[in-house]
Amino acid sequence: MSLESLYQEIILDHYKNPRGRGLLEAPLGTAFHVNPTCGDEINMQVSADADGGLLIGYEGTGCSISQASASVLYELVQGLPVAEAEKIRLAFVELMHSQGNAEPDEEVLGDGVAFVGVAKYPARIKCALLAWMALQDAEIKADLVMAAPLDEE
Amino acid sequence: MSGFDVERIKADFPILSRTVRDDQPLIYLDSGATSQKPYAVLDAERAFYETTNAAAHRGAHQLAEEATAAYELARAQIAAFVGAKSENIIFTKNATESLNLAAYAFSNATALAQWGTAVDPRFQLQPGDNVVVTEMEHHSNLVPWQELCAKTGATLRWISLTDDGRLDLSNLGQLIDSSTKVVSVVHQSNILGTINPVAKLMAAAHAVGAIGVVDSCQSIPHQSVNVVELGADLVAWGGHKMLGPTGIGLLYGTAEILDAMPPFLTGGSMIEMVSMERSTYAKAPQKFEAGTPMVAQAVGLGAAVSYLTGIGMNAIAEHEHQLTVHALNGLVAIPGVRIIGPTTGIDRGGAISFVVAGIHPHDVGQVLDNLGIAVRVGHHCAWPTCRRYGVPATTRITPYLYNSESDIDAAIAGVREAQRFFQVAS
Repeated sequence: MSLESLYQEIILDHYKNPRGRGLLEAPLGTAFHVNPTCGDEINMQVSADADGGLLIGYEGTGCSISQASASVLYELVQGLPVAEAEKIRLAFVELMHSQGNAEPDEEVLGDGVAFVGVAKYPARIKCALLAWMALQDAEIKADLVMAAPLDEE
Repeated sequence: MSGFDVERIKADFPILSRTVRDDQPLIYLDSGATSQKPYAVLDAERAFYETTNAAAHRGAHQLAEEATAAYELARAQIAAFVGAKSENIIFTKNATESLNLAAYAFSNATALAQWGTAVDPRFQLQPGDNVVVTEMEHHSNLVPWQELCAKTGATLRWISLTDDGRLDLSNLGQLIDSSTKVVSVVHQSNILGTINPVAKLMAAAHAVGAIGVVDSCQSIPHQSVNVVELGADLVAWGGHKMLGPTGIGLLYGTAEILDAMPPFLTGGSMIEMVSMERSTYAKAPQKFEAGTPMVAQAVGLGAAVSYLTGIGMNAIAEHEHQLTVHALNGLVAIPGVRIIGPTTGIDRGGAISFVVAGIHPHDVGQVLDNLGIAVRVGHHCAWPTCRRYGVPATTRITPYLYNSESDIDAAIAGVREAQRFFQVAS
């Protein structure tokens, strides 16, 4: 496996130029998640705009995969209705559990498709999922979604 | 170096001839996490199961006698390896259990005393007492003492660190005082590589009547250590980092301390007499070895110490020292690389942690992994130490007797490759 298949240009670009990084002034829900085996950290915040669209704020430290994933998350779900964002989140989680054999739908996952190679590296899947798990937790804390919707599909 | 034939040693370790990541030869530089095993250890375990397997210290048939003899022979071999007597060596599951055994002696004694059992007052803690560790402890020599303090009301204190990765002993006299009940310190840091002056710290503990504990996980596999000369009351380490199997750890204790300590795990094998109302306990080491023991692992570890002794611990330490200095020099020469820990080979072992400007330690490790080089990334179960040096994690290489200078050179080239791949100016 080539290093380039894991670290696609898109991932490195999001890592070096994170989109939407920064915290919200008035978050409805905040979730601080760490990966205790490696120390990666994400502080994820959610709120909603007047039309019910998701507002995302985040900060974090960690490897390129964990931090690029947070940037991609922002790009994908910022401003979306919560239900739409949840579909994308579930698609990303499914991709990460595909063992690298999936053909991700770029219509749904956008730059998130670049993470397909990460799913071949079991030790790195948690890095990619960190922001997305924190998003779910923050949404639950903000009463935007019901707890434990993960297994419904 | 003359007389130290790395290629011949490598040939004793079957795993080192396998390939990884697209058929590249494995370069294993993660022995600080766990060491690889030579044929001598694998063969000894297999031979035990093929010819001698039975539960030790129970039963009277021939196999049971032979298994017991094999278990006790292993204890004697391991004891001799560290300059101790057999009766001072306790087998545990791993070094973490050894340290918990030590910490639980205090909380158990404190609880027993509350309900009228006579226990040695040195093991009883109360608010106002303190426990002293260092800021470079592995979590296994930190969390059990935090728990002990939470259970007894005692206070945890720690010796802080200097910028160059050493213990700051300038206020030792205030830290270790008449209220100190335990001083538990790491001999060689698993993250910084620092070798600490443990004999001095044990003397400071004893001067105030405290019990001294040493975590020797990273020292006993890599240098000749005489546990009696360390001056500690208890010394903990594990088998799997010194060519032995997983599932076996060790605790050395002085006869006097082992006699005074209440047991940790209780049940079969560790008793003297049992009635429905109460039990009395066997003498050490049996007092601390409840349940069916890990006989095959002990036999494997016995073979490991024989193998290490055959090569010579001083020769191994000298070889590792040369590799360490070679690695430090090579890493320091790369712009953007910062060593976390001492940057010279003085009073330093082979755990070499570093960070590369602009690249997260995981990503450095991933590039090395892609080249077939196994290193450790993360906080190395020493999260407070990472915080002390302002890094979220490090990349760590830990050479052992089967590594050569070319293995180190490959890792250094890999760090430069990571800088090229992530387009970080070097």
